[in-house]
Amino acid sequence: MIKSKSAKAGDWIFVLICIVVAVICLLPMVNLLVKSISSTDALVKHEVYLWPKGLNFDAYTTVLGDAKYIRAFFWTVFLTIICTIVSLVMTTLCAYPLIFEDLKGRSVFNIIITITMFFNAGTIPNYLLMKSLNLLSNPLVLIVPSCLSVFNMIILRSFFYGIPDSLRESAEIDGATYIKILCSIYIPLSKPVFATLALFYAVGRWNGYSDALMYMKEKDYYPLQLLLYNIINNINSVEVATQEGFSTPGLTESLKAAIVMFSTVPILCIYPWLQKYFIHGVTVGAVKE
Amino acid sequence: MSKTSKKVPAVKNRKSFGVYMKRYWQLYLLLFLPMLYLIIFKYVPMVYIQIAFKKYSIVQSVWEMPLAAQHGFEYFIKAFKNKDFLNALRNTLVLNLLDLVVGFPAPIIFALILNELVFTRFKRVVQTIAYMPHFLSWVIIYSLALQMFAPSNGLVNMVLQNMGLEAVHFLDKPGNWIVSYILIGVWQNFGWGSIVYLAAIAGINPELYEAASVDGAGRFKKMWHITLPGIRSTIVVLLIMNLGNILGSGFDRPFAFQNNMVMNVANVISTFVYTNGIKSLQFSLTTAVGLFQSVICVIFLLLANWISRRLGERGIW
Repeated sequence: MIKSKSAKAGDWIFVLICIVVAVICLLPMVNLLVKSISSTDALVKHEVYLWPKGLNFDAYTTVLGDAKYIRAFFWTVFLTIICTIVSLVMTTLCAYPLIFEDLKGRSVFNIIITITMFFNAGTIPNYLLMKSLNLLSNPLVLIVPSCLSVFNMIILRSFFYGIPDSLRESAEIDGATYIKILCSIYIPLSKPVFATLALFYAVGRWNGYSDALMYMKEKDYYPLQLLLYNIINNINSVEVATQEGFSTPGLTESLKAAIVMFSTVPILCIYPWLQKYFIHGVTVGAVKE
Repeated sequence: MSKTSKKVPAVKNRKSFGVYMKRYWQLYLLLFLPMLYLIIFKYVPMVYIQIAFKKYSIVQSVWEMPLAAQHGFEYFIKAFKNKDFLNALRNTLVLNLLDLVVGFPAPIIFALILNELVFTRFKRVVQTIAYMPHFLSWVIIYSLALQMFAPSNGLVNMVLQNMGLEAVHFLDKPGNWIVSYILIGVWQNFGWGSIVYLAAIAGINPELYEAASVDGAGRFKKMWHITLPGIRSTIVVLLIMNLGNILGSGFDRPFAFQNNMVMNVANVISTFVYTNGIKSLQFSLTTAVGLFQSVICVIFLLLANWISRRLGERGIW
């Protein structure tokens, strides 16, 4: 950009618009945070707006003291880490061989991949497949069926294309095998795009609940989001109420808020640090050079 | 680049194959797992599509099930006589069209606004905040919406009531629900969607702006005559992708937002398939519905791509 002269009146209008937009983005989160640390009394009396009333952390103590949430939290963290690692490995395995233009059968592989982007067998065929593979209610069903995203593979492949062939060729002359070239040249040079893809996969797993809803009947393996879905929609509300021993709506309210905070904060702490990487990743995926 | 296999004469074919494999076997080894994955999890399910044309039975294999009535089209005919399905079809179209009309321009407008900001650090902070909603799951977004819009204790309604107004049922009256659903969708996506457009804007030649300034063009003239034409092809490509998906429906968003009061406008094809298929075990009917949806999606995508080529824009492939 050209270095700006002094800001004009017009510039301040755009600043104002952006401030309004930012407030709209943050307001629901602030509201939630405030509710989660306000007292039951103030909530029932509808006195809580954007500043906590009767500041207390009871809701958080309850959540952190409840084995069910802690278990779901750590299970989801574990699941997210495993999924991210497995998916990154699978994505690399798929993307790397396809950059070799003289690989025989490359076009066949590309066709196999492209068709899956446009045509999906559908929910029921997928469900019946999981059933026949005996994956229903098996924890693996939350990892394996989603371990490769073709869109992410394309992002990685176009990044690999950007690495000069000369680097690879000189390594080939030195007698390095292709796996060695992958490990010593391509992976170290692709750290930014791996950070992006790791974020995409991790967010996808952390936020996803539909696969667990459809394939997972075992409550112990529910990821946090599905648990949250059930709590918000008061599924088994009787059970929840008797287990936790709450009957006052106010505490449930702040408890709900606390649980939502609890299941959002990890992702919100991570994404700002990866911003400059994922911007690149999104752009590669959507804008063809 | 050496093309070993093509250069050697045919007589040495077997030997050259050996040489070729000696060179490349590792790459095939690497591809083995991803291809196995795609075949098992993307292609094998296609075998089950035939259930749409057959009478489902739990004891028989897919190949042995008897053909359904009406030359196998019984379930397609049933689907189109099913009120719930027709309703879901209508809702899918309405919600997707509204998403397109309201949701598609939002990131473009936001990118244009961001592009006008002269304070770099402020711009970066606004961007970070605007990307935030994209990282929230739809379950969380719905619970945030409840906290904001619940009739008695939602923030917005508390403010309205303090002003002496009636509480508005944002999420449990059909008409209001549609508006909330669409606007919350915009809220979730406008920041993230703007990334692509910002990148496209960054690729515009700055000399164009300088030349326009010399000619006395103001801010909005530059926006209209330089920035927008500069990102036109990006807009078209993304519009095509969206049009191709006009009958597609994600599951997470509508399912998280559904409640009993609004099912009439909130039930879309994906949630119809879930409740009637996985919950009520009508496998043949819902597979037929899913197949119908997939086929229409492919047709729309091909059509949209063809149109964009006719208009002189590049297609998506």
